[in-house]
Amino acid sequence: MQPSAVALTGAPLRFRPSTWGIGIGVAALVLALPVLTVFSFVLHPAGDVWAHLAETVLADYVTNSLVLMLGVAVGTTTIGVSTAWLTACCRFTGQRFFAWALLLPLAIPAYIIAYTYTGMLDFAGPVQTLLRSALGWSRDDYWFPEIRSLGGAVTMLSLVLYPYVYLLARAAFLDQSVSIIDASRTLGYGPWASFLLISLPIARPAIIAGLSLALMETLADYGTVQYFGVSTFTTGIFRTWFGLGDSAAAAQLSALLMSFALALMALERWSRHRARYHHVGQRSQPLVLRPLSGWRHAVAFGLCALVLLAGFLLPAAQLALWAFATAARTVDAAFLRMLVNTLALAGGASALALAIALFMAYGQRLRLSPLVAAGVRLAGMGYAVPGVVIAVGVMIPFSWLDNTVDAWLRATFGVSSGLLLSGTLVALVFAYLVRFLAVSLQTVEAGLARIRPTMDDTARSLGYRPLEVLARIHVPVMKGSLLTGLLLVFVDVMKELPATLVLRPFNFNTLAVRAWELASDERLADSATAALAIVAAGVGPVIVLSRSIGRRLSAASER
Amino acid sequence: MKAKILRGTLGVLALAAGAASAAGGDAVNVYSARKEALIKPLLDRFTEQTGVEVNLITGAADALLKRLESEGRNTPADLFITVDAGRLHRAKRVGVLQPVRSPALEAAVPASYRDPQGYWFGLSLRARPIMYGKDRVDPAELSAYEALADERWRRRICVRSSDNIYNQSLVAAMLIANGPDRTLAWARGLVANFARAPKGGDRDQIKAVAAGQCDIAIANTYYLGQMLTDDDEVQREAARKVAIVWPNQAGRGAHVNVSGAGVTAAAAHRDQAVALLEFLASEEAQQWYADVNIEYPVRQGTAPSAMVAEWGSFKADTVNLDQLGEYNAEAVKIMDRAGWK
Repeated sequence: MQPSAVALTGAPLRFRPSTWGIGIGVAALVLALPVLTVFSFVLHPAGDVWAHLAETVLADYVTNSLVLMLGVAVGTTTIGVSTAWLTACCRFTGQRFFAWALLLPLAIPAYIIAYTYTGMLDFAGPVQTLLRSALGWSRDDYWFPEIRSLGGAVTMLSLVLYPYVYLLARAAFLDQSVSIIDASRTLGYGPWASFLLISLPIARPAIIAGLSLALMETLADYGTVQYFGVSTFTTGIFRTWFGLGDSAAAAQLSALLMSFALALMALERWSRHRARYHHVGQRSQPLVLRPLSGWRHAVAFGLCALVLLAGFLLPAAQLALWAFATAARTVDAAFLRMLVNTLALAGGASALALAIALFMAYGQRLRLSPLVAAGVRLAGMGYAVPGVVIAVGVMIPFSWLDNTVDAWLRATFGVSSGLLLSGTLVALVFAYLVRFLAVSLQTVEAGLARIRPTMDDTARSLGYRPLEVLARIHVPVMKGSLLTGLLLVFVDVMKELPATLVLRPFNFNTLAVRAWELASDERLADSATAALAIVAAGVGPVIVLSRSIGRRLSAASER
Repeated sequence: MKAKILRGTLGVLALAAGAASAAGGDAVNVYSARKEALIKPLLDRFTEQTGVEVNLITGAADALLKRLESEGRNTPADLFITVDAGRLHRAKRVGVLQPVRSPALEAAVPASYRDPQGYWFGLSLRARPIMYGKDRVDPAELSAYEALADERWRRRICVRSSDNIYNQSLVAAMLIANGPDRTLAWARGLVANFARAPKGGDRDQIKAVAAGQCDIAIANTYYLGQMLTDDDEVQREAARKVAIVWPNQAGRGAHVNVSGAGVTAAAAHRDQAVALLEFLASEEAQQWYADVNIEYPVRQGTAPSAMVAEWGSFKADTVNLDQLGEYNAEAVKIMDRAGWK
């Protein structure tokens, strides 16, 4: 019992958290630098542009962004929670297949699904053309939903972002022990009541965590809304910055956008703080799947099939069709190099993001000062900020540092160091960390939150240091969450475009760059091979992800 | 886990080092807003002829310009290529370009398509005329851009978003010609005539005319040309239903813009950059622009492709392109006020 006596003296405990605090504080500050850089433009005077914006387009930006967020919130929650519940708790035809396949839309970049659906459903597309020629209609004879509209953007984003909600909600449903449900049943609750009154509230923090990821991505989206001609904050930032040439006003718009994100984060915190749910018993048994029959069976199957069809199969099939027609001229040696570049970047950036997230999330669990906690929030803000804004926020401090070092070397030794970090993959990977840290942070925090604090206390009282508790207790217990965080960032980095485009080194291409260059030139068919490769490369991680969740489930049932 | 992370990090760093070393040697470094597919073949040809390696980053013009600006005197970029004059003007104004004197360039590029002091040179011409559905519209009614605000075109016009720089330049040219009040009134009339809220790119507008969603579009000619030569029969068929009319032929001429390039202020490979510029304005490169990109060559004496020649010759607006950049912000404000999304 010697070690515990040492640990319980208290002094080392007070010291260590502050070391953690400083470490996390510094890391958070560095990662918050791009966001802070953009914020610092807020202090510049913005001229008369604000009066102009307020008088003309600002109301549009605000309403469209709000409606978009609200729509995507409803869309992703409805799709995500219902399918998660069905695949986690019910037995029906294809349930095991849907359990992993429903994650697939995650692999499709939002702007790509927007292009494919426009290709199919636009006025000049095959569907409407066929309708017109078959029925002899012209423009004013019929009504057809306009795909390139606010409603269309809500649909597109919901279709590719619901997997965030699905993933986290399903994991939460699977984690619920059968004993709770049993207890609810003995209290006389039917299946609906026990879902609404027991399962849903327990899964709420996970659902809201997934939802806030989906909404932050919605806020940062540029490609889809721009193509659909929907004016939102992101298109407004571009227009103000570049069209009106006013970087201060653009930064102020970005700050306004970030306040939306802050509100989201506050909501997420609030939902988690009002109630903390942890595993009650170590030997929790998984739910016994409820067999469905009759119309319930049909509805469950139909819903899952429809979501999969709309979110993945249709767009992927359209891409495959295009890719098949153009592969001969689009696949070459450069294409293979792009594939390798993409995978290497995504792998490196996601591993780094996970390590940092683990470090930060665990540090917060040690109950550090609110200042550090705020720093961590700030470091996660990048997720809601459009990639180009992050890129500019990365460029400015990196170039400043490089140029300062260079100027000093020139003045002191008469040699030039040139640019050390700007224009290298270091700057690019850093931008990915800034942009996507929130994703790994969210998943790691959700995983940690499910581990009872008494476990920490016990381990600490046995003499383990914080780092040892993390390595020996937490990491093994929440392997699933860690893998989730890793793979989500992997897929996100692979899809990332604007920051990659402008921060990459010379002659360095990724699949997303290739796909966008061709698609934005309205050469959709030519862009399909690269887009399909992104999707294909994303499918692998998605399958790994769902299998690991499945394994956890079966491992739990064997215990 | 730790080992994996370490390996991943080292891998990324090694890649970074590799990419950085690619920028050395007898080379010229290019930041290009022209997409890779539309510039790389020419750059490869330059390397073949001169032995000078060309390193390339493509991207959105504004973001690349920001990168040039923040990298300052240490920027590796020697040449900045854009697809419109507005951005070239902006680059000149923020001080990232330097003047170049070259008899070859001055002989090849007409004075109205280059900066008077040599900060930038136009490399291809991009005309933005009016296009119409052959079966529905009498081109005689489309004498000028100004006529598009006429009530007879109510719900008949398709044009892309005012976020787009080609539209911003078009309105800037209008501002210079007609002044702010008339331009605003015109923009309001045009918006009232939209057949649908602006969306998509120029090809989309042409397709919408072909499909009958609208009767008139404003689009750059090479999009029509690319559709006419597309592999896809559907695209070719759509393009054949649409024809070009050259507006303002009795007055200031049809709106044109240029793609162009300028040597950066900090260019470490200035001579190679000038050589590349001269190559891009050479007979061979200009012919490539004409045949492959279906743009109008900027070089006097180089003929447009046979298909483009069929569209007829036209009088181009001779407004100094540098001015389009100056009026860009005001043009955007007018479009905001007119409700042009």
